[in-house]
This record gives sequence, structure tokens and C-alpha cells, in this order.
Amino acid sequence: MTEKTAESSRLKTITLKVNHKEYTVDVEPRMLLSDVLRDELRLTGTHVGCEHGVCGACTIMMDGRPVRSCLVFGVQADQAEIVTVEGLESGDGELHPLQNGFWEKHGLQCGFCTPGMLMTACHLLEHNPDPSREEIREAISGNLCRCTGYQGIVDAVEYAAKEMRERAE
Amino acid sequence: MKPAAFDYYKPETLAEALSLLDEFGYDAKILAGGQSLIPMMNMRLARPPVLIDINGVPGMTGIEVGDSEIVIGGLTRHYMVEHSAEIERSCPMLAEGIKLIGHSQIRSRGTIGGSIVHADPTAELPVMLTALGGKVTVVSSGEERELTPEELFLTYMTTTIEPNEIVKSVHFPVIAERTGHAIEEFTLRSGDFAIIIAAASVTLDEEGLIESAALCIGGVDGVPVKLDEVTDELIGQAPSEELFAESCEPIVDMVEPEKDIHASVEYRKDLCVALSRRVLKKAADEAKLA
Ligand SMILES: Cc1cc2nc3c(=O)[nH]c(=O)nc-3n(C[C@H](O)[C@H](O)[C@H](O)COP(=O)(O)OP(=O)(O)OC[C@H]3O[C@@H](n4cnc5c(N)ncnc54)[C@H](O)[C@@H]3O)c2cc1C
Ligand code: FES
Ligand code: FES
Repeated sequence: MTEKTAESSRLKTITLKVNHKEYTVDVEPRMLLSDVLRDELRLTGTHVGCEHGVCGACTIMMDGRPVRSCLVFGVQADQAEIVTVEGLESGDGELHPLQNGFWEKHGLQCGFCTPGMLMTACHLLEHNPDPSREEIREAISGNLCRCTGYQGIVDAVEYAAKEMRERAE
Repeated sequence: MKPAAFDYYKPETLAEALSLLDEFGYDAKILAGGQSLIPMMNMRLARPPVLIDINGVPGMTGIEVGDSEIVIGGLTRHYMVEHSAEIERSCPMLAEGIKLIGHSQIRSRGTIGGSIVHADPTAELPVMLTALGGKVTVVSSGEERELTPEELFLTYMTTTIEPNEIVKSVHFPVIAERTGHAIEEFTLRSGDFAIIIAAASVTLDEEGLIESAALCIGGVDGVPVKLDEVTDELIGQAPSEELFAESCEPIVDMVEPEKDIHASVEYRKDLCVALSRRVLKKAADEAKLA
């Protein structure tokens, strides 16, 4: 290895905001953002299923858009604003309407896909407060669930959308 | 499923990125959206020793719509094109086709330049670039050159872009008068790469007869395939369901798709005919409305 490469492969210090809290950590460049969240920041709500972008379990919000945290290196999240499933409930521990919806409508069984489903649905409802079932299905098409058959998940998102509209009135 | 170690560089200018490419040559890979490169690295199908992350390079993101040409910066993300009202107005095929790329999470990060360089023959952008006759501007430290799709795409996942070059921008023509666009694909699941994809553009003359047309299919060869033999026959004719059905029938013998676990050769050929017929009809209908 040349001197220059030895320099660049060293740990990098990054600062990122996760759920409104600022963290500064040293990461190896090859460490995925999903692993930075889970192993360095101990925010294990974000799940890791396939690690190649297919299952959606690792979906988080990064700078206002849903992204696969297994397809971003931690070093790329320097200065980023991130929201994970831990950031959905309000400060006093009250569940987000989506979380309520998943509870009420059997939106989960094993719960492995749930954090990714919630983050994806959260982005949908921010932009479309009254989605059709078809639009809900399209929005969650990048998130795989091995258990529920999706009906309960679509019901849950519909339920949450209604609750959020009512609250807004 | 963890990538092998690499050295990470994050240049702050295009010139710096290009000089890093000169320095590391074949050892270096550009990291743009990472939506194709990172999965391959996670699976260790790719182990580049050096990554040059261009996400901090200024001036490579944005959409400019001129009178006849749309210039999209190489680092522009798919979702930016998806949500651009100007693109919807100036290039309906692009507006429609971009939504077919993966899922919203993929479009949040994936870039126009990355999709072009990745050169998957069933990917939407290479097919649209070929159908519409766009071009790509690539730069190296020494020079800047423009490539047509025919000059650019070599075979599966392979282009003529050199290891010291970066895709700076991708260019599409603004839709002409009395012209309609259409794009359709067949996938096993929503968001998957297509098994077969077809895109068409049809221009009518003042009398409503076909003045020019273009048809491009992905999924039958290592590069998107333009079927000029089919569209040349259409010129001067009145667009109709029957005309497109008849002129698309011979496509069965023009394409040579390979079979795999997902679909047989016969099925793929049928898809080529059906999708071609549909996009030509839809493009002609759009042209009538334009
Ligand atoms: C689950 C999933 C589903 C997907 N479905 C689809 C789909 O249906 N259709 C589709 O088209 N794509 C699909 N993709 C791929 C996606 O569109 C990628 O974003 C795209 O192929 C690559 O763009 P990128 O910016 O992410 O490139 P990267 O992954 O960063 O790079 C890809 C390659 O291009 C090179 N490169 C990138 N940018 C440049 C540049 N400006 N100049 C020179 N070289 C460059 C890199 O070095 C690398 O070799 C999918 C991906 C996933 C994970
Ligand atoms: S773990 Fe990221 S998409 Fe499956
Ligand atoms: S609840 Fe088990 S994977 Fe969705």
C-alpha cells in the first residue's frame, strides 16, 4: 500500500443527526450506514435483511427522503439528517399514528419488516395524506414481508392516514 | 454481506475527481448513487481498492430544458427527474420511464449518470436514451467528448467510457410538435428490472399520417435494440391498431432473446411483439392529442 492509500483507509470521523440528536463517531469507510446505526449508535430498530437493496427492512429517512441504509456508506452520511423508526414516537412516548395503525390492524406478525414499512409509509403520508389502496401498495412495493400477506399492512396505513387527517382538522 | 475494505476519497471539484482517476486508474471506481455499485460490493462481486465519491462535486446536479435539448447533470438523482414539471412537459417518455426504475428508495439515491454507466440492457434510461437518440457528455482531465447511444453501449454492463472518464451530463431531445411518447415494460414484481421493455416515439404530419417513428426494445441483447426496419415501414401511413399489429408481427424473427429461469425465448418474443404494438399505438394516440 502506498502512503496515500494507508492515509485514506483510516477511520473517518463523521457527525450526523439521528432523530434530532447529534452523534460524532469514527467509522471505517466500508462500514454501511445500517451498521453505523445499529452497531455504533446502538439504534437497533433499523433492521437488516438482505444487505443488497432488495428487502427494504433497512429503510430510513435521510435528508427528507426514504433510502436503503444498506446501500449508503456511513462516511456518506456525514452532516446528514436521519430519522429512524426510533424517531417516530413523540418525545413523551406516544406512538405515531402509523404505529397505532399497525397495532390495531395486525400490520405485523414477526415484525422484521416493520421498521422499513413504517418509514416508507411515513414518507407516503407526508406527501399524500389520503392515498388509495393502490397507491399504498405501490409505495410499499420495495418492502418485502414474509408473514402478513400485506393486507394488514395496507389496512394499517389506511387507518393511520385517516387518523392523521382527523387530527389535522 | 459486508464490502471489502477500500480507500475512500471525496473530491470537492470535478478536476480533483478526474486527477484521482488518473492517479489510480483501474483500481478506482466512481461512487455516485451507489444503488448498483454498493450491492455488488456487499456481495463481493466487486472489490474496488479505491472509491472516489463524487457526491460532493458541484455543478453536476440539475435539469436544464432548452428549446430543443434537455441537459441533465450526471449526478442528478432519479427522484429529481421524477418530480420535475419541466421534464413532464418536455419529455413525457422520460417522465413516465423514470418512475419504473426500482422503488422510491432506490430513486432517492440513484443517479442518471450511474444508470447510464451501469448499462443494464433492460434498464429504463439506456432504452430511453437509445429510443430518443440522446447523447452523453463524458470528461477526462484531457478532453471532453460526446457519445451517441450506439457509440456508448458495447454489451451487457459495458460501455466505451474509459476508466479515467466521468459522465458529466446526459442529453435528451425536447419532444417535437405533433409527437407522442410511450414506454412499457413487463416485470415479475413492481420495481424489478424488466424482462422486456419497449419505448416508442411517433410524429404525425399535418394530415395525421406518420411522419417519423422510433422503437427501441431492451432485454433481447446486450444493448438496447432499435428496430428501424419496423418503424421505416410506418412512414406515410395512417396510424391504426391494425397497422401496428401487422407491422409488429415480424419482430418475432428480428429479436433473439435468451431464456432464463424467468421466461422462455418464445415468451420473450411474444412480449416484444405485444409491448411494441402497445407503445406504438399509445405514442400515436398521444401524438394526435399533442
Ligand atoms: C432493489 C433495486 C432495484 C432496482 N431496479 C432498477 C430498475 O428497475 N431499473 C433500473 O434502471 N435500475 C434499477 N436499479 C439500479 C439503480 O437504478 C441504480 O441507481 C443505477 O443503476 C446506478 O446508478 P447509481 O447512481 O446508483 O450508480 P452507482 O451504483 O454509484 O455506480 C454504478 C456504476 O457506474 C459508475 N458511475 C456512476 N456514476 C458515474 C459517472 N457520473 N461517471 C462515470 N462513472 C460513473 C460507477 O463507478 C459504477 O461502476 C435497482 C437497484 C436496486 C438496488
Ligand atoms: S437490508 Fe437493506 S434493503 Fe434489505
Ligand atoms: S411481519 Fe414478518 S416479515 Fe413482515
